[in-house]
Amino acid sequence: MADGNAKMLTKLVVATLAMFGFGFAMVPFYYKICEVTGINAGDEQTLVRNTQVDPSRSVTIQFDANVNETLPWRFKPEVRTMTVHPGQLVQVEYVVTNTSAHPIVGQAVPSYGPARAAAFFKKIECFCFTPQTLAAGETRRMPVMFVLDPAVESELHTVTLSYTFFDTDKQAVTGTAKRG
Amino acid sequence: MSDVAHAHGHDDHGHHAHPTGFMRWLTTTNHKDIGSLYLIFALIMLFAAGAMALMIRAELFKPGLQLVHPDFFNQLTTMHGLIMIFGVIMPAFSGFANWQVPLMLGAPDMAFPRMNNWAFWILPVAGLLLMASFFLPGGAVAGGWTMYPPLFIQGGISYDLTILAVHIMGLSSIMGSINIITTILNMRAPGLTLMKMPLFVWTWLITAYLLIATMPVLAGAVTMLLTDRNFGTHFFNAAGGGDPVMFQHIFWFFAHPEVYILILPAFGIVSQIIPTFARKPLFGYASMVYATASIAILSFIVWAHHMFTVGMPVAAQLFFMFSTMLIAVPTGVKVFNWVATMWRGSMTFETPMLFAIAFVCLFTIGGFSGLVLAIAPVDIQLHDTYYVVAHFHYVLVSGALFSIFAGVYYWLPKWTGHMYSETLGKWHFWLSVIGMNIVFFPMHFLGLAGMPRRIPDYALQFTEFNQIATVGAFIFGFSQLLFLAIVLKTIKGGAKATSKVWEGAEGLEWTVPSPAPYHTFETAPVIK
Ligand code: HEM
Ligand SMILES: [Cu+2]
Repeated sequence: MADGNAKMLTKLVVATLAMFGFGFAMVPFYYKICEVTGINAGDEQTLVRNTQVDPSRSVTIQFDANVNETLPWRFKPEVRTMTVHPGQLVQVEYVVTNTSAHPIVGQAVPSYGPARAAAFFKKIECFCFTPQTLAAGETRRMPVMFVLDPAVESELHTVTLSYTFFDTDKQAVTGTAKRG
Repeated sequence: MSDVAHAHGHDDHGHHAHPTGFMRWLTTTNHKDIGSLYLIFALIMLFAAGAMALMIRAELFKPGLQLVHPDFFNQLTTMHGLIMIFGVIMPAFSGFANWQVPLMLGAPDMAFPRMNNWAFWILPVAGLLLMASFFLPGGAVAGGWTMYPPLFIQGGISYDLTILAVHIMGLSSIMGSINIITTILNMRAPGLTLMKMPLFVWTWLITAYLLIATMPVLAGAVTMLLTDRNFGTHFFNAAGGGDPVMFQHIFWFFAHPEVYILILPAFGIVSQIIPTFARKPLFGYASMVYATASIAILSFIVWAHHMFTVGMPVAAQLFFMFSTMLIAVPTGVKVFNWVATMWRGSMTFETPMLFAIAFVCLFTIGGFSGLVLAIAPVDIQLHDTYYVVAHFHYVLVSGALFSIFAGVYYWLPKWTGHMYSETLGKWHFWLSVIGMNIVFFPMHFLGLAGMPRRIPDYALQFTEFNQIATVGAFIFGFSQLLFLAIVLKTIKGGAKATSKVWEGAEGLEWTVPSPAPYHTFETAPVIK
């Protein structure tokens, strides 16, 4: 019996050590499972996916940039056109350069073509929300983040987003432009 | 303690000269001594962790902060949980195993008596480490008994001590399990086949395997916490590329089987008691064995039902939801068998039977709330609310703890040679069963209404149910002093117990005199 007990003891100690190892083996195993099954990527999707996106429709957005003649700046969009789905969150960038030899404060004013598209153009982040101060010769990249409301009418296939920069210190040429 | 010493002492017919006093207990390798030590340790820790629970309930009597600092409150909930699980329920079951397994198998002692001594005596060390951490800078651990990172890799010195204590307690139960498995498989009396073993022995055999399979995994998990804390590894530290959710997977891979470790021996105890007082053999013995084994096996594939809210993909949620519900089937088989055993039996209602019947009814309530929590979309609402607290107290208090009370009343006459006072026992039973329901039943409503767990303060609308729960807690808590008094009184004296003790009792332990002599079955009995 004592012999049998010793054998049993050995087996059980080996099992214990094996399970201790198994605890650590779960670490690479965990990462492998996540990778193979895409499990951890799975929740990224559920977190970020916007259920409002309407993938059945596409709208072309044209980006336009102008500078008021009193302002010595260069201003252009990074991309000229882009196709988006209504509801999709989109980020684009504009580049602006102060070509003069002194700092200037400017403010961009948006406008839309056709004008009725303005109601569906939801800007979440825009350089046009605040005045921009550029040092002499400075170049800056500025983001715009927006969603085209899925309620946008289906006949609308192209929307133009246009910005014009004005010098806030000098009297602008058009005082009626609506700030967006 | 010394009373128990004398009780056994004069039955010792002097095989060897035994040391006396404290040294006798420190060096003992006798399974009955060690069984008593485990039970005494569990009883002391029951009062320690119970006092913490009463402080928690006192704070929650009113909304707002009144008695304790919120950080101390978190220490209380954490330590209450850790000590109740590792310091009360598990040692108490080990105590039963040490006393009863050799007696029920006709074996002279456990297979490895010296290891048995070690397995017990490292436990008080762990207990001291845990209790001492309250007095260290920063206080005891406050991150919850589940030890989740990042909290658990941020705390102070007591976190390291607690990890050490968990290692020690794990080692203790692994040594205990090795002993139990070897004793059961190698030391049964001739003719006692596996399928003739008492159900208590069966459930402990399966529990011991669960312990050997899962305790080392817990040891691994807390070792990783320790190295993350002190040696710059990044297993769970997201800042270093680790993943805290991975800890939850490893932890619950251990901890779900652990909850069955906390209940299978209870199933065993109740399966001994109900046939005795129904005076009928256990209904469906074989199905009980298979049900226990299936519960144990299934318990390894359900762990993530504790993690429905971590952002698992739907397929995984469905898998864990259905596998969890599957466990209810063998559990239902057991409840059915207990009821069928009582059906048309000649029942009497001594205290052990009362606790066993309460166990069947109230554990079932806990099983049902478990099924509710197993439904993933429902659990997303109920996770980390008092509904979960209600669930696990129904399975652990009216389940595990009540089975321990039942077992103590059932076997105390065999251990001490005296009958306990039936009147006092019944008082203890009714106070406990009423108190327990007053504490924990309202928690279902609190949880459904959205009260989060582990928070020292709550919104005004939860006040009434919390006050009811607190009143119940004090009734329940103080009635355990009665239990202490009954046990002490029975050790000191009382009506002499016969060897059989209970009219309907069956099994080898009832063939030896009461109190069981220091050495029993030195020549193995033969089972026909
Ligand atoms: C029919 C059987 C059972 C089912 C279906 C079940 C299901 C569950 C579920 C789904 C949870 C997670 C709830 C949450 O955190 O949101 C849970 C928690 C828990 N269960 Fe059970 N359970 C069952 C039996 C048991 C038993 C027998 C025990 C122990 C004896 C137990 C002890 C626990 C504990 C301690 C927790 C809470 C852990 C924590 O977060 O602190 N359960 N149960
Ligand atoms: Cu579980």
